[in-house]
Amino acid sequence: MKNRVCDLRKQKGLTQEQLGELIGVSRQTINAIEKEKFDPSLPTAFKMSKLFQLPIEDFFIFEDFS
Amino acid sequence: MKAERKKRMIQLAAWTWSWVATLAIATFGPMFIWEDNKTLTILAVVVNLINGVLMILANRKLFNHYDELERKIHLESMGLTLGLSVIVGLTYSILDQKNLIQSDAEIGLLVGFIGITYLVTLLINRKRYS
Repeated sequence: MKNRVCDLRKQKGLTQEQLGELIGVSRQTINAIEKEKFDPSLPTAFKMSKLFQLPIEDFFIFEDFS
Repeated sequence: MKAERKKRMIQLAAWTWSWVATLAIATFGPMFIWEDNKTLTILAVVVNLINGVLMILANRKLFNHYDELERKIHLESMGLTLGLSVIVGLTYSILDQKNLIQSDAEIGLLVGFIGITYLVTLLINRKRYS
């Protein structure tokens, strides 16, 4: 799934490590999400949404190929 | 978060080492320490079994501290390891039953295979998501 997590994190002036600490995941998980290798769970997406003060669909772009 | 992770890892390492130690005592004790005293042998086996259960609980405690990606990586590695171990274990057993290998099939070799497979699949999966 495409996302804008990297851009939003940098706008907030956070490192991957700091973002991970804030939402309770590891730096590796943030890195995998930003590289679009891993889609986060709904609770993690909601925590990001709260932190970035944006709706989830504004930074996770769902593409339905079916 | 990191301090808690470290604490749980140290607990798991401690239980794992004590499990290995009690396994060695239960295996070699009857021969070298208490000369086949049945009561002491049963006691050593029971202590080893209880230690093993506590080691599994420590492993579960660490696993519950993992985040979603780490859990996914470990679960995929465990699944692959289980599948490969069943297939390789049964093949190894058939080879032994049909006398196609010179030595007897040893459970220790299968345990070694499980450990190496888990380690390798874990490294591959970690690389996939890095």
